[in-house]
Amino acid sequence: MSDTTTSPRRQALAHFAYVMRDNPVTFLAFAMFAAFVLMALFGPALVPYDPLASDASKALQPPSASHWFGTDNLGRDVFSRVIVATRLDLTISVAAVALSFVFGSILGAVAGYWGGWLDAVLNRVLDTIMAFPLFVLAMGIVAALGNTVENIVYATAIINLPFYARLVRAEVNIRREAGFVQAAKLSGESDISILARQIFPNALPPMMVQISLNLGWAILNAAGLSFIGLGVRPPEAEWGIMVAEGANFIISGEWWLALFPGLWLMMAVFTFNLMGDGLRDLVDPRRRT
Amino acid sequence: MSGRLKSIGLRVLQAVPVVIGVVVVSFVLTRALPGDPAVYFAGAAADEQSIQQIREALGLDKSLLQQFLIYVGDLLHGDFGQSIMTGQPVADDLIRKLPASLELTLLALCMSCGLAVPLGIMAARNPGSLQDHLCRMVVTAGVSLPTFFTGVLLIYVFYYLLGWAPSPLGRLDFIYIEPDTVTGFYLIDSAIIGDWEVFFGALKQLALPAITLALFTMAPIARMTRAAMLSVLSSDFIRTARAAGLTERKVLYGYALRNALLPVVTTLGMVFSFTLGANVLVEKVFAWPGIGSYAVEALVASDYAAVQGFVLSMALLFVALNLIIDISYSLIDPRIGFEAR
Repeated sequence: MSDTTTSPRRQALAHFAYVMRDNPVTFLAFAMFAAFVLMALFGPALVPYDPLASDASKALQPPSASHWFGTDNLGRDVFSRVIVATRLDLTISVAAVALSFVFGSILGAVAGYWGGWLDAVLNRVLDTIMAFPLFVLAMGIVAALGNTVENIVYATAIINLPFYARLVRAEVNIRREAGFVQAAKLSGESDISILARQIFPNALPPMMVQISLNLGWAILNAAGLSFIGLGVRPPEAEWGIMVAEGANFIISGEWWLALFPGLWLMMAVFTFNLMGDGLRDLVDPRRRT
Repeated sequence: MSGRLKSIGLRVLQAVPVVIGVVVVSFVLTRALPGDPAVYFAGAAADEQSIQQIREALGLDKSLLQQFLIYVGDLLHGDFGQSIMTGQPVADDLIRKLPASLELTLLALCMSCGLAVPLGIMAARNPGSLQDHLCRMVVTAGVSLPTFFTGVLLIYVFYYLLGWAPSPLGRLDFIYIEPDTVTGFYLIDSAIIGDWEVFFGALKQLALPAITLALFTMAPIARMTRAAMLSVLSSDFIRTARAAGLTERKVLYGYALRNALLPVVTTLGMVFSFTLGANVLVEKVFAWPGIGSYAVEALVASDYAAVQGFVLSMALLFVALNLIIDISYSLIDPRIGFEAR
């Protein structure tokens, strides 16, 4: 539709701008995502108070001009803690999703390209993982490996792995006999090179959507695990554990302790979900005009 | 009919490798304890000799394959190991706590199906209408709201602000006496003996956690119902039915819904998976004395046998549920044969 003389990069940018204009919600999602990234990068430097510094004289104060989100039972500033926690929460979920992306891609590509017993074994393993209620499996993995933040990352990565492996396997499988693959074979490219450079890039667009949707789920999962007391240790600021601590005060009416970290968590998940929908609009060829 | 029996039998057979896989994973998880399990189980004051004794008693000196066979043998006898926390066999603990969790989960699922399916139908009938937007809102909120956060919010609004709900501590206020155990479900047990005071007491305690869980599970059901109804309503046989002058009611519920229910039933499997996980969080928020709380307490107390027993039994429950869903699927839809897969 667009001018054939323009470069693909400019076309992509134009398409991006079109999707943004077409759907303000997507624009909002990308803007919020940028805000979260900034919070994660610069949050600790910008917050007004030390997130770990307690001050018993200011315990359990409701939100005010000096403490926007109030203070908790130890007098720590909730606003600072919520902002600082962004880095930890995003790191856990991004690391987990990155791990499952890399390993899921490798496993899925190998199984989809060569097939045979590798494929059969992988399918059995994935079936077994999916046979567990996933959050419960994550609990079991963390309990078995030990109660640390790294193990939360590994557990979240393992329960996300099947989604990536299956997606890549399907995308690779339908293309392994395609014309361009045959051509690459004839021109003497090795199998691994064909897989990595010719076939795999085709699987990337649906993977991007999956990543975005998964990030939201990974954050929820990690926060859920720390809510029940796994992984992150108490003085540390993390949304799940802050809601858990705040829950003890909700029945006596101190709502700000649990509300703000929960709200931030919710907004992060919401952002990733909306962004996933937006990315789908971006990469779905049927929507391109 | 024999063909259908055969296909059901085949489906049951397909579950066998999955069950084996689940047992293997669960075995690996119990053996992957950080450090030496024998040292851990012997306790802090143990010397070399007692550690060796424990090692022999637990069978840890045998080869992995032998250990696995012993583990499977124990499981077949219903032996999930001993809980350090309660001093009881894990299987007994789980069975005692299961009714509380099941009562909560089943009520929540009934509520969410009862609300989400009509909502999805209404949304699909008038895309872009107010109901459609309501449906989209529920779906978006359902996937973004952390269950534990919803629970905390509901407690604040309905317990602290409005005072409608009782204090979020357990299944029954201490002013009531627990009904005699028949099914273990307080609602049913109290209804059997006609003790309506206890019945409503239990219902009040149950309301908030069940609503929390239901809000969470409504999203996938509503989304799936809407999508399935949309595609069915635009198909030819619906147009034909409308053209033949059938009433809207007959078209919607007699033809469209019956076809749209199939994908919805399939999603229920995924919904169960999420529910069993979310259950743990909701039980923690409401101090609900079910298996979820039991697992969380066991985690905090590093009671590994209890945790892995919980994980294994949840997985087996989930496999069984999926089996039931698939079989009922084949009963609903005569076109489905398992041989074709």
